[in-house]
Amino acid sequence: MTERILMQGNEAVGWGALAADCRAFFGYPITPQNEIIEWFAREFPNRGRVFIQSASETGSINMLHGGAATGVRAITSTSSPGWALMQEGMSNLANAELPCVIVLVQRGWNTTRHAQTDYTSVTQGGGYGGYKTIVLAPKSGQEIYDFVQIAFYLADKYRNPVIVLSDAILGQMMESVELRTLDFEPLPEKDWAIRGKASRKDKSKRMSSIAQGMVPTPKYPNLCSFWRHYSEKVNTIKENEARYEAYQVDDAELILVAFGYVARVSKEALLRARKKGLKLGMIRPITLWPFPERIIKEKALQGARFLVIEDNMGQMIEDVKLAAQGHTEVYLISSMERHLPIEEGAIYPEKVLEIIEKLI
Amino acid sequence: MEKEWSTGTPRLWARIPVPLAFCPGCQHGTAIRALCEVIDDLGIEDNTVLIVGIGCSAMAFILTNVDSMMVAHGRPCDVASAMKRILGKDTIIITWQGDGDSIAIGCEPTIHAAARGEKITTFMLNNSNFGTTGGQLAPTTIMGQVTTTTPYGRNHDHGYPIEASEFLGNLRGVAYSARGAFTSPANYQKTKKYMKRALEKQIDGVGYSFVEILTTCPSNWHLSPKESLRRIEEELIPQFPLGEFKNVDKIE
Ligand SMILES: Cc1ncc(C[n+]2csc(CCOP(=O)(O)OP(=O)(O)O)c2C)c(N)n1
Ligand code: SF4
Repeated sequence: MTERILMQGNEAVGWGALAADCRAFFGYPITPQNEIIEWFAREFPNRGRVFIQSASETGSINMLHGGAATGVRAITSTSSPGWALMQEGMSNLANAELPCVIVLVQRGWNTTRHAQTDYTSVTQGGGYGGYKTIVLAPKSGQEIYDFVQIAFYLADKYRNPVIVLSDAILGQMMESVELRTLDFEPLPEKDWAIRGKASRKDKSKRMSSIAQGMVPTPKYPNLCSFWRHYSEKVNTIKENEARYEAYQVDDAELILVAFGYVARVSKEALLRARKKGLKLGMIRPITLWPFPERIIKEKALQGARFLVIEDNMGQMIEDVKLAAQGHTEVYLISSMERHLPIEEGAIYPEKVLEIIEKLI
Repeated sequence: MEKEWSTGTPRLWARIPVPLAFCPGCQHGTAIRALCEVIDDLGIEDNTVLIVGIGCSAMAFILTNVDSMMVAHGRPCDVASAMKRILGKDTIIITWQGDGDSIAIGCEPTIHAAARGEKITTFMLNNSNFGTTGGQLAPTTIMGQVTTTTPYGRNHDHGYPIEASEFLGNLRGVAYSARGAFTSPANYQKTKKYMKRALEKQIDGVGYSFVEILTTCPSNWHLSPKESLRRIEEELIPQFPLGEFKNVDKIE
């Protein structure tokens, strides 16, 4: 039997990284993710792994760039304002096609209160260039632990950064987590890694660049050839990696769509609504990009309406509307509907249920 | 068209798929040659990683036959720090940067890599302006110098030049700091000695090492190659004296 321990959501990042055989962490303190960087400071050096506290988040993301370029698994974490500083680095990592994982523990805009205000930034890409990154949205400590492992696998599979999107509530909550190591398909050799010529048999030179398509290479003789390659990669990811959890959607007249901690709140509202005989279902996007648009469209065409619940001012609703393509009504419960209309408040099942009853 | 190109004496060579992009009289090429010679002397070609930022100096990315990386403008020292910690003492990590890359936008990464005593080496090519973007003010632009963003000459309103070698030499994590130039064969040899010593500090695992090299930028200085050399001797060296500013074998 695998070990099960009680841990904070933030600490689950560290244990998940260890299970994925991550070798290096770089980070800069910011609430509410300080326990992540403190976990790595405590647990990595004594296991012969690398920990550096950078001088800023531009530092962390560029150290991550160096770490990823050596071919080892490397990770950083931050919260919203730090995420903003990392955007230049995100563009560079994507262009250089370096696999790595970034954990973002959201705060409410720039307060230390919790919320989900970075959805658009992570799914659309906040940096330059028009890159895309897979975004995994856990709802529990166990999923944070598992998703960090999945994130490393997907990063290596596609040679692209992957984001794990947490939030202050998930990060600070204590839950029991099973320390299981997930199995994945074998991955290709990292023969592109920059480690000095001595590291390879034929002693040939390797180059890694944030400006692929600029200096002509046999693979990408010009910018358009690189763009073609990158957009093919994006399309493959879109085609194959959209993940979601669907719950009681078969007969549902109204389908809740929520991610992260709000998905747990919404599920509770759904269970209470079902008890009252209301035909409710739920779709929880696990990847926010690629967005599980196929199932949304399918259900929209079958006549279900959607209620998007997110602890921000309305961001994911755009993706739901896009997927529904105007075939049905899409409603929103936002931060304006927190149970307590104060900054510490959260969206609670009672409020969700109240609105469901009005809609159905 | 790919063609093989050789620096002559050093064994290092590169395949250059594009025409060489340095302006006539630019000393970046000279500096890369010196680097190749030093790498050859030390026999570290196979375990060296060269990291460049963005700027004319970044051409070293394709002009040297070592594993190399082109990273964001100003960030080589962050990238290098991580790589050294992961790859360990047997891999020699060099950042090759312009003065803008190293001490303007790259000020934070450079200072903090130095302060952490990272076992990496930075070579900073100081041409007293931003070459690539057309000759704007750099932190190394000297008082009175006309650049495209100090069209009436650098004055007190623009602040004062950063003397990077002296400044970094004051940091505890720094094992070695020196400034050289290529204005004469004697200076070329002396600068090479500094470069070699800086790399030896890394090989010995002492701490961060830094060599600033004064180089010409005839295009943006609007001077001939020969006049550019004279400018270095008459105007830059008095402001940026050559020599070693720190050289220790152990950091307490
Ligand atoms: C983030 C960012 N800001 C600005 C630039 C534009 N830029 C390219 S090179 C350069 C300055 C280069 O000057 P220096 O580092 O002194 O190198 P040189 O070209 O003189 O060798 C600038 C500002 C950039 N590429 N990235
Ligand atoms: S602009 Fe200046 S630094 Fe750049 S290649 Fe020309 S002379 Fe050299």
